[in-house]
Amino acid sequence: MVDARGYSCPTPVVMVQKAVKDGSPRKLEVAVDNQCSVENVTRFARNAGYQVTVSDFEGDFKLTLTK
Amino acid sequence: MQKESFVKRYGLLIGTGLAVGAAAVLLTALGNPANMGFCIACFLRDIAGALNFQRAGFDAEVGTGIVQYIRPEIIGLVLGSTAIAMVKKEFRPKGGSSPMTRFILAVFVMIGALVFLGCPLRMVIRIGGGDLNAVVGLVGFAVGILIGILFLKRGFSLRRAYQQSMAEGLVFPVLMLALLVLLMLGPDFIVFSAKGPGSMAAPILAALAVALVIGALAQRSRLCMVGGIRDAVMFRDFRLISAFAAIIVAVLVGNLILNKFNLGFAEQPIAHSEALWNLLGMVLVGWGSVLLGGCPLRQLILAGEGNTDSAVTVTGFIVGAAVSHNFGLASSATGIGTGPVAVAVVTGFVVLAVISVMNLQKLN
Repeated sequence: MVDARGYSCPTPVVMVQKAVKDGSPRKLEVAVDNQCSVENVTRFARNAGYQVTVSDFEGDFKLTLTK
Repeated sequence: MQKESFVKRYGLLIGTGLAVGAAAVLLTALGNPANMGFCIACFLRDIAGALNFQRAGFDAEVGTGIVQYIRPEIIGLVLGSTAIAMVKKEFRPKGGSSPMTRFILAVFVMIGALVFLGCPLRMVIRIGGGDLNAVVGLVGFAVGILIGILFLKRGFSLRRAYQQSMAEGLVFPVLMLALLVLLMLGPDFIVFSAKGPGSMAAPILAALAVALVIGALAQRSRLCMVGGIRDAVMFRDFRLISAFAAIIVAVLVGNLILNKFNLGFAEQPIAHSEALWNLLGMVLVGWGSVLLGGCPLRQLILAGEGNTDSAVTVTGFIVGAAVSHNFGLASSATGIGTGPVAVAVVTGFVVLAVISVMNLQKLN
């Protein structure tokens, strides 16, 4: 799980980019705390070939990236 | 992979960019200084002046400086963002991500902006008006962003923010309301320039209304001048930069229609032609803004959403403006300031370098 809560963009995207590059995981969970980061991470993940679902996570957002 | 349609991907941003450009031309036609329909740096500087933090170009005859006025555009941008963020449930007070570091960065970003004479938004507005000095500024701005990206890629971060109380998040928007009251009442201790750029202004309600709309659009679209070049380079994401281009197109067309387009380096309104300083000033702005996570406009919008780190940043801009004018660092139409401009700019680069290196960390 990449916990990017509290970070503002582009840091959450950089964190996800690093996680994707390092392990090329088939499934990755990312927590963020603002809508702007939800949009940015989603866009980045889709471009990297992932499907993205967003769910509630302790009042914040959890993105589940799968491919 | 799902493909977004072009309209969905770019529509809101290009629309916002066109609206910002049109608003800039409109506000200039209504009385704002030339090529300054919207300039976050200049307008925060004017607010610093209205509060008597600086009185640059003080003229004893009229009793005021030349850049003192409470700009309703700033108030409108923040409150437009606050209003739409409340409606969309995106008003989430948070802060605590290295606030003092942000404050210092903001001071130097403002010093750089006033050496160039404009924030990134005014830079593109100036380009749309044919001011080639702003193209030199754009080169510097891009260089600054690239330097910032080098550190972002190595793990630069001002660390995470934490949730804050509703009361804390509302402080900055309420401060804007207080400024609006002062603007409307115009008490004696608030100074409005009797001459110079500070005396040139669109009618209050028109400026406020336009800014409220732009503030709301900028909140929805996440418009950011720095993010444009940053995302294009880092992620091959061209959405934000499309708004950047749209602003130039709208301003260019507006100026051509109004016959205000004037291509060249010389005789540009509220600008100077010292290329080295136009360049270095904007390197400082680009680099500092990447470290801050957004351009001055974006900081206003985020402050409106309850981000207290951005509110601290805007406060830093206001202090930076006062520092710039009180120490003779700000440029004018006749050239760069009479104070220690080179010392200030070089100090800025050293401070940014130290902050960049000190905040590298292992992410994840």
